[in-house]
Amino acid sequence: MSTRLATGGRLLNTDIPVSFTFNGKTLKGYAGDTLASALLANDQMLVGRSFKYHRPRGIVASGVEEPNALVNLGTEGTFEPNQRATTTELFDGLRATSQNHWPSLEFDVGAINAKLSRFMPAGFYYKMFIHPRPLWKHVYEPFIRQAAGLGQAPKARDADRYEHFYAFCDVLVVGGGIAGLTAAKAAAASGAEVILLEQTAHWGGRAPVDGGHVDGAPVDKVVDELVSELSDMSNVTLRLRTMGAGVYDHGYVLGYERLRDHAPAQDGPRHRLWRIRARHTITATGALERPLSFAGNDIPGVMLASAVRDYVVDYGVSVGDRTVVVTNNDDAYRSALALKQAGLDVPVILDARVPAFDSPLIEQAKAAGIRILMGHGVAKVLGGKRVTGVAVCAQAGEGAVLEEIACDAVAMSGGWSPVVHLWSHCGGKLHWDNDFAMFRPDVDKAPTGADGSPFVSPAGSANGHFGLAEIIGDAHAKGRSAAQAAGFASSKRNAPDGESVTEAPMAPVWLMPQGAGIALRSKAWLDYQNDVKVSDVQLAAQEGFESVEHAKRYTTLGMATDQGKLSNINGLAILSDALDQPIPQTGTTTFRPPYTPISMGAIAGEASRELFQPIRRTPLHDWHTANGADFEPVGQWQRPYAYVRSGESVHDAVMRETKNVRDNLGLLDASTLGKIVVKGPDAGRFLDMLYTNMMSTLKPGKCRYGLMCGENGFLIDDGVVARIDEDTFLCHTTTGGAENIHGHMEEWLQTEWWDWKVYVANVTEQYAQIAVVGPNARAALEALGGMDVSKEALGFMEWADGTLGGFDARVYRISFSGELSYEIAVKASEGQAFWDALLVVGETLGVMPYGTEALHILRAEKGFIMIGDETDGTVIPQDLGLHWALSKKKEDYLGKRAHLRSHMADPTRWQLVGLETTDGSTLPDGAYAVAEGHNDNGQRNVQGRVTSTYHSPNLNKGIAMGLVLNGPDRMGEMLEFPGTDGKIYAARIVNPVFYDPEGDKQNV
Amino acid sequence: MSKAVSALGGVTWTDGIATVHEAPLQGMITVRGDLTSKGVIKAATGATGMQMPAQGTANCNGTKGLCWMSPDELLVLCAYGDVAQVLDGMRAALGDQHGLAVDVSDARALFRVAGKGALEVMAKLAPVDFRPSAFGHGMFRRSRLAQVPAAFWMQEDDAFHVVCFRSQAQYVFDLLKAAGQKGSEVSIF
Repeated sequence: MSTRLATGGRLLNTDIPVSFTFNGKTLKGYAGDTLASALLANDQMLVGRSFKYHRPRGIVASGVEEPNALVNLGTEGTFEPNQRATTTELFDGLRATSQNHWPSLEFDVGAINAKLSRFMPAGFYYKMFIHPRPLWKHVYEPFIRQAAGLGQAPKARDADRYEHFYAFCDVLVVGGGIAGLTAAKAAAASGAEVILLEQTAHWGGRAPVDGGHVDGAPVDKVVDELVSELSDMSNVTLRLRTMGAGVYDHGYVLGYERLRDHAPAQDGPRHRLWRIRARHTITATGALERPLSFAGNDIPGVMLASAVRDYVVDYGVSVGDRTVVVTNNDDAYRSALALKQAGLDVPVILDARVPAFDSPLIEQAKAAGIRILMGHGVAKVLGGKRVTGVAVCAQAGEGAVLEEIACDAVAMSGGWSPVVHLWSHCGGKLHWDNDFAMFRPDVDKAPTGADGSPFVSPAGSANGHFGLAEIIGDAHAKGRSAAQAAGFASSKRNAPDGESVTEAPMAPVWLMPQGAGIALRSKAWLDYQNDVKVSDVQLAAQEGFESVEHAKRYTTLGMATDQGKLSNINGLAILSDALDQPIPQTGTTTFRPPYTPISMGAIAGEASRELFQPIRRTPLHDWHTANGADFEPVGQWQRPYAYVRSGESVHDAVMRETKNVRDNLGLLDASTLGKIVVKGPDAGRFLDMLYTNMMSTLKPGKCRYGLMCGENGFLIDDGVVARIDEDTFLCHTTTGGAENIHGHMEEWLQTEWWDWKVYVANVTEQYAQIAVVGPNARAALEALGGMDVSKEALGFMEWADGTLGGFDARVYRISFSGELSYEIAVKASEGQAFWDALLVVGETLGVMPYGTEALHILRAEKGFIMIGDETDGTVIPQDLGLHWALSKKKEDYLGKRAHLRSHMADPTRWQLVGLETTDGSTLPDGAYAVAEGHNDNGQRNVQGRVTSTYHSPNLNKGIAMGLVLNGPDRMGEMLEFPGTDGKIYAARIVNPVFYDPEGDKQNV
Repeated sequence: MSKAVSALGGVTWTDGIATVHEAPLQGMITVRGDLTSKGVIKAATGATGMQMPAQGTANCNGTKGLCWMSPDELLVLCAYGDVAQVLDGMRAALGDQHGLAVDVSDARALFRVAGKGALEVMAKLAPVDFRPSAFGHGMFRRSRLAQVPAAFWMQEDDAFHVVCFRSQAQYVFDLLKAAGQKGSEVSIF
């Protein structure tokens, strides 16, 4: 059993006991524990079930590479699935539950899959579920979805907040082990500004556990000293619990800081995403140990040798009383010795090698009295939910069992792989090192920046160095050269002297025993999380999936949340062997950020809740809110759809407002309409190019409605242009179009007509603009007083500056409703006061504010088009009967040439008409008019569609506009519109102007 | 006139690692033109008494200032009540020279972010290098805060002036509060 030792645990504070729960059971740990070490201390080796076969799985590793110990953490608003127990720092009150099992962790029905495993080989889903086709949707897909996923998706809103932070530095060092610390110091000595990130809560990485000496001092003391020196340097920033997640072009690096995961009671954000620009980045990301592929290597109790050592040294936890060590290299001997030193039993070291000499570590193990079997390996692990022993075999054979040795843990080591992820993210290349059987950075093929020079350097074991002397020498050199690359004179200081221990060469062992038969191979796991075995990869190769990227996707090797940190190299070695080609020829799959999963919250940063999206508010927003506004988003603006009174439905309110505008007086907050000033000697010429109609002939004091097309002739915007003076125009745009049209203008001025003398400025927000509409509009303004707004003084489509009720105002006599109408612009800061004044004078005139839906109905009654309703990016002015707005006098304007294209001039383009139901009902929005026959897809042919449809309270019937084939020539014809409700709506083609076709009402 | 109100009515927040408050209405004029031409220089410097700002900088004093917005755009700061008069003067100074000067005072909101954490609050929202070696008095950035455009400068130690669009004042105020929440110190500057 696994248990807490009486001594040891360099990271623990045993004075602070911590209580937590696992699957509801209360357990005890200490401050400094990880969840994994605390679970092991409580003999909770079984932590989850595998993805496909639901096999019992235990903790394998002690760090980020852990594939099995994924748990649900927290509850409700702090619930998060798939959290690695090995990187979760324990805190009081932590609540964890295991994943992917039913009904319980100990007894799981899904484990039946394991019995069927020979029927579920690689590519099982592809092969099984492809035929018959109709079953896919209703049977297979639901089944697979049910089976998919490890943890549960959170149901409650995330209770925490997150943030981003933009940081800049000369040298960024990722990894706070001995290499990272050394590199940071060497870089900082030159005066460069250095940021050093370490993903765990502790500095030093593996060095304090693995031991050794630097300049004669024990390495753990050296780490402490380095940290204290660096802390004192003003040009160095040190961050613990911050992972370098990804390296991107232009020296951009993402750091993922976990601020409160270990202390949820603290104030502040939970995670912080560092968005770093570094002149040069050093990846001192260390190395990860590889498992060995032998039968039963996934049984709880089989663990990486380095992890076994970590648990003893760092946390005072023994994973078993009797631990068999199985290895192909010297490093696992350190684990055996650490176990011995802690008073635990190591019955045997099974070493697959037959080294030519006894290295110092082998000698030490022998001296400690440990039995060593050279040239031997594990035939299979005995046990089910827990290791009970190993069957020993010769590595060279096919697995004939020589003896069985009882044990309750197995420490395995298949060698080490440098963590090359961050080096590779931006294109750093790798080469295969035969001596260590690993991919390491090819330093001659580094990721390069804009100037073609490398911007990432690997250092230490991440660069394939394993002896302390080599690690420190490399890191020191990389720190210096990074500072130099960042433009600093590098310091002349020499590297400290690390002492390396001579090790016997490792031997690549990709399968144990070498000649394992199918029975053993199909129990030898490569990818624990996705249940991929040696036999699966071999089958994939046999079936022709020769590319490593294809084999990965076919078998799902390395596709789980750990992204193959343990499995990839072993898997591609097996694949290479099956393809009978060298490993470098097979290559690796692509390393993509993030290094380990980062929270969605950190990616979103501050953008949640009220900050999810910027909301734009007009100067009258608070009044709208206080007066029953039912808002609708228009672009990022919030506009009142209607002002709902108590006892009213939204529809009631819309009907009331629409009617009141025609009968009395309506007020509309039109502040959101775009307002762009265009000024200069060439302003008229410029607007003639932008609008389809003529603007340069407009007289100061007058307004003109204009259409804008893009280069391809499609309508992009419309609005009223007012000429302010000889050189100056004010262009109104749609609410959603202001920024786009402003950008459109700037683009043409900066790229095409750069020599025209025109400046533009977006003054949309300078003004609160209020439409005063209805038969009583003039009376209201006259009651305010200060300006002559009579028909004679201010005719239709004219504007004037003046004061109204003491407010500086610009009054435009324009109408989007067909009523007598003024749009009045005042300073935004005075908008609320002006609105209040209008409400006061309007009181006896039947004033009511109205919202955007009433606006829509009023314009539809008049047959006015709306950009975004009648247009959808594929509609040209000719479709809408707006030929009158296409200047024939102008030599050119944007869209003119496009309108000559054959498709644009096609007489069968659908054209705008009015639509009127025979029974007064309202047509469904977006409905299509059907025609005779069916198309090639068996769908009804169509001949038109509804673009706008409303119930008009003024006409007391449904009115609509639509685009219809040859529409204007078919007045009076009936069309059928099938609705999604199953009903068929009949409508007659009519003139789109339903109300006051002569325009008498607006011209009074 | 008393009927003119700023976007958030002068709201204040002091419950975090920096203080945020909305400044009273500030006169702002957008000037577009050739910044090296005599007419534009005369118009801008005459209106404020400030020197022309170099790229990425602002020359400000009290409510007056000149801020570099782009190679052909300046932001002119003056007292809110003086805008009409200043505009008249600038247009006169510009004369026949091609240029544009418009009042944008009411299109904007102005915040002051101050305190020890002010730099950090800004660095959480704007992709700008705020290290003392890169940003200090007199520097001006037209950038963004999270998802919206903003411009800012440091007129005194540990205090930023932040300009945004009036319609986004509430969003920016909420942003500054979130970035300044208790316990969110970065301790890097």
